[in-house]
Amino acid sequence: MQVTRDFSHYVRAAGEGIKHIDLAVEGVHCAGCMAKIERGLSAIPDVTLARVNLTDRRVALEWRQGTLDPARFIDRLEELGYKAYPYETESAEATEVAESRFLLRCLGVAAFATMNVMMLSIPVWSGNVSDMLPEQRDFFHWLSALIALPAAAYAGQPFFRSAWRALSNKTTNMDVPISIGVCLALGMSVVETIHHAEHAYFDAAIMLLTFLLVGRFLDQNMRRRTRAVAGNLAALKAETAAKFVGPDEISQVPVAAIHPGDIVLLRPGERCAVDGTVIEGRSEIDQSLITGETLYVTAEQGTPVYAGSMNISGTLRVRVSAASEATLLAEITRLLDNALQARSRYMRLADRASRLYAPVVHATALITILGWVIAGAGWHDAIVTGVAVLIITCPCALGLAIPTVQTVASGAMFKAGVLLNSGDAIERLAEADHVIFDKTGTLTLPDLEVMNAADIPADIFELAGRLALSSHHPVAAAVAQAAGARSPIVGAVEEAGQGVRALVDGVELRLGRPSFCGAEALVGRATLDPEASIVAFSKGTEKFILSVRQGLRPDAQAVIAALKARNIGIEILSGDREPAVTAAAHALGIPVWRAGVTPADKIARIKELKQRGAKVLMVGDGMNDAPSLAAAHVSMSPISAAHLSQATADLVFLGRPLAPVVAAIDSARKALHLMRQNLWLAIGYNVLAVPVAISGVVTPLIAAAAMSGSSILVMLNSLRARSPSREIV
Amino acid sequence: MEILVILVPLALMLGGAGLVAFLWSLRSGQYDDLDGAAWRAIADDEPPPQEAPAKR
Repeated sequence: MQVTRDFSHYVRAAGEGIKHIDLAVEGVHCAGCMAKIERGLSAIPDVTLARVNLTDRRVALEWRQGTLDPARFIDRLEELGYKAYPYETESAEATEVAESRFLLRCLGVAAFATMNVMMLSIPVWSGNVSDMLPEQRDFFHWLSALIALPAAAYAGQPFFRSAWRALSNKTTNMDVPISIGVCLALGMSVVETIHHAEHAYFDAAIMLLTFLLVGRFLDQNMRRRTRAVAGNLAALKAETAAKFVGPDEISQVPVAAIHPGDIVLLRPGERCAVDGTVIEGRSEIDQSLITGETLYVTAEQGTPVYAGSMNISGTLRVRVSAASEATLLAEITRLLDNALQARSRYMRLADRASRLYAPVVHATALITILGWVIAGAGWHDAIVTGVAVLIITCPCALGLAIPTVQTVASGAMFKAGVLLNSGDAIERLAEADHVIFDKTGTLTLPDLEVMNAADIPADIFELAGRLALSSHHPVAAAVAQAAGARSPIVGAVEEAGQGVRALVDGVELRLGRPSFCGAEALVGRATLDPEASIVAFSKGTEKFILSVRQGLRPDAQAVIAALKARNIGIEILSGDREPAVTAAAHALGIPVWRAGVTPADKIARIKELKQRGAKVLMVGDGMNDAPSLAAAHVSMSPISAAHLSQATADLVFLGRPLAPVVAAIDSARKALHLMRQNLWLAIGYNVLAVPVAISGVVTPLIAAAAMSGSSILVMLNSLRARSPSREIV
Repeated sequence: MEILVILVPLALMLGGAGLVAFLWSLRSGQYDDLDGAAWRAIADDEPPPQEAPAKR
């Protein structure tokens, strides 16, 4: 049977006769890698562009349309020592990139205007106490207006839009007082300039926008970076399927190019990427990612299989019923929708603050105006003072208080191997006081390990590992990996569903089912782990058994202890069998556990805890966990999780250790603490500045100095979120 | 003070030129790979195309 790789789905046309493809590349770290890759790829004839993006770890390639096959690039990179995968830009990432560029453009415009308006303002401020003529002052004010008004109209868009959205939904957010403040400051300055007045606030308004845009841009940039890494990881997981393009010809195509009704081949050791029904073949499949159940299920003609199932022993032909996006059980989808709706009601700290802040500030301004009128001042002076109150209270520091901390904290989490999926996850994670773990794939590692390697003589184990290289069975792969085997035994024969055998120096070696190796007696005698799969190995008459299972994550015990030390409640909710869950709970010292739980039961348990006032952090990886991930107050998934769970989780952690869970909780708590501190700093500044504004002695110089002073103070305080937190475990 | 007639437009023009340069650099993708750009500045020049390294 012939297998081809089909990348046409990822290739797009880039102008006259030129084709373009983006590849995500693993292991690019430095200038040396960049040069090596770019030169290595440019040396291929017909390649017109090969450019590495070191930030996103990607290569953009363009070549003249013709005979060149994109698979050639991947092979070439493999020769150079890099693993590459075709990468498809998700719409979410494209939006982030566009948004990030727009903010940078706004920031550029605002910064330009601030510098030039300041250049005009400083002579006015110093001129007011020296010998500047009123005509000159007016001229400078008009010039400032000429620069500031168009710049504010352009650079203020992100705030105006967001404020308008909030107002048309009859709510308010931090952008509402910001927009009102900026518009009033500019409007009043124009009126004052027309009346040849001494003070105009063009500088304050545009500087406010610049400071706020810096915060917004940094926040956005961090999010874009996280999204790019997540996109690469999705590409590295490379969801492809072997599709039949002819009766005997298969092509490895991306899942997006598979349609219902297609027939795909599922070989042993492969993970199914589609939902469908078996039409031919017989095998055992591992559905632990979907149900949490670690016992294998027998699949034969007519058995439905779901995306995420691992094929263990035989080869299956599957007719696709739904591909990629639609690959869900109806029940899980329904639960997920309900849970997500419930969560969208969470109110962010910034919004809560602005809901309190805006009415207070606007009322103060109104009272100031009325107070001055009652005290006998003219309407004009009273209104000018009232607007000055609004300008001085315009929430510059308040607007920066939260995004800056968020940026610094998500950068620190990023370094610890935690990616943020949703913007408000930090706040919710900081409040978590109860953690629910799924067992399979979360507390345990997703891949198999040989548990009793130490009981077997080293030379025998190595021989078993070399023999195992000839099989695709996942258990065999685990044996080969544990033994560190590299060279397969020549002439090894695999017997489907039984095992592998080979003849070495006249002695027969067998690895496989105990019955295949004649080792049933050994299995009967040994007391074995209920969770483990047993494989036997025989060399002539010597017989051994190997126990293979999913091991606990290396630091799971330490992490559980660290969580306990932080006074966080812990429990296990697993879809797996009772003995397996009990064993894991005992090993880790977790007092509360439930086994054989359905997705609906998990949600019920979370609701129960919620009613008791607990804020639940759910950590899970299976597709059966997706609804509970959405229902929990905040959720985390390992990077090996099912696609859907990962998309639902607020945070995703990388690598084998479980420690990122504790690291993330620690950084989130610290970040929330700093956010609150920043809010108090900003409010404290207002408490000091507002009486000055009410008394009517504020000059543009005082406004500008106070605003930049408080903003810089808040930004510096936010940087403290970066300092390493104390040792986790 | 007549010097203002020259200096003020000059200052604005210089600032405007800076803004245009920034927007151009943004549009031409120079902010897309900040990490890579830092390394490229110190990388060796590529050999001229006719001396391209033979395929390994």
